[in-house]
Amino acid sequence: MMMAVAVPPFERFYAEHRSEVLRLLRRTLGPTRADDAFQETFLRALQAYGRLESGEHLRAWVLTIARNVAIDVLRRTRPTQEIVEMPVEDERPAYEQLAPLTNGLPPKERRAVVLRYGYDLSYDQIAAALGSSEDAARQAASTGVRRLRRRISP
Amino acid sequence: MTVSSSLDRSLRDAAVTLGLVDVGYDVVDSPVGPLFVAVSDRGLAAIVYDTRPDDQLERLARLGGPRVLRSSRSVDDARRELDEYFTGRRRGFDLALDLRGLPSFTVSVLRKLAHVPYGETTTYGALAARAGHPRAARAVGTVMNRNRIPIVLPCHRVVGASGDLVGYGGGLDRKVKLLELEGALH
Repeated sequence: MMMAVAVPPFERFYAEHRSEVLRLLRRTLGPTRADDAFQETFLRALQAYGRLESGEHLRAWVLTIARNVAIDVLRRTRPTQEIVEMPVEDERPAYEQLAPLTNGLPPKERRAVVLRYGYDLSYDQIAAALGSSEDAARQAASTGVRRLRRRISP
Repeated sequence: MTVSSSLDRSLRDAAVTLGLVDVGYDVVDSPVGPLFVAVSDRGLAAIVYDTRPDDQLERLARLGGPRVLRSSRSVDDARRELDEYFTGRRRGFDLALDLRGLPSFTVSVLRKLAHVPYGETTTYGALAARAGHPRAARAVGTVMNRNRIPIVLPCHRVVGASGDLVGYGGGLDRKVKLLELEGALH
């Protein structure tokens, strides 16, 4: 049996990823709004952190949380404008491999599919990343997969 | 990109205020050197003379959960009581203690230890007897040596039967200094 990667103490996780999260949020939201979003990102991560079962893919996880927080902020502050899909900064293979397949999906479904099947995260973790319930995360992933299936074999 | 200290501070404060931290820790200055102080939702969990947190975070996570975060706010009460103690304004501590994970013998010895008064000393043998194990002086010595919460659980007040100070987990110098502070050495 493979040993699960232990979830590191939050302090280490935070120290490792805070700069990158802030960079992503600054680029997306500008310096003023990025600060609040930064705090919101790590508070959301803390809320789910105690239930994580594995310390794998924490970078992808927290960047997904950050993107979702940013989308929420943009939605709040520019309600009439089309939400622009943000570039995926992550260069891990799973994202790259899945990108050609999943790029056409609605953002939430795409994130759920990538986190579920690219990173093998639990629905619990995905829910935290998407800022939704576990049920909603499961549904987003399964709707996404169905959509892909229809696309592959119409 | 560097996270500013004010942004960092405000996140840490918010995390504690919202109850999202399992174990908070910070370094507290004292006359016996900087102290690594850790507080869980149950109470004071550890005081360590060695302040390199790398040696401590995993231990704290095993004790209280993975949400271990450095935060000044979470150790506010402990810092205040320690400051009062070191400036001679406090003789006993009112802090709740988190003794999770310790064997029952250890806990029973530490509970008796907590009652050894400020400015007085007792012996390993006497403490063993008080904990109901009169022949366990050596085991009591081990418990003192591994005491997770020194100063507040005053293992510095426990000395050898001959009056010899014997030893101290934090180094004999610190034991002497604490006993001097309490007026127990002349």
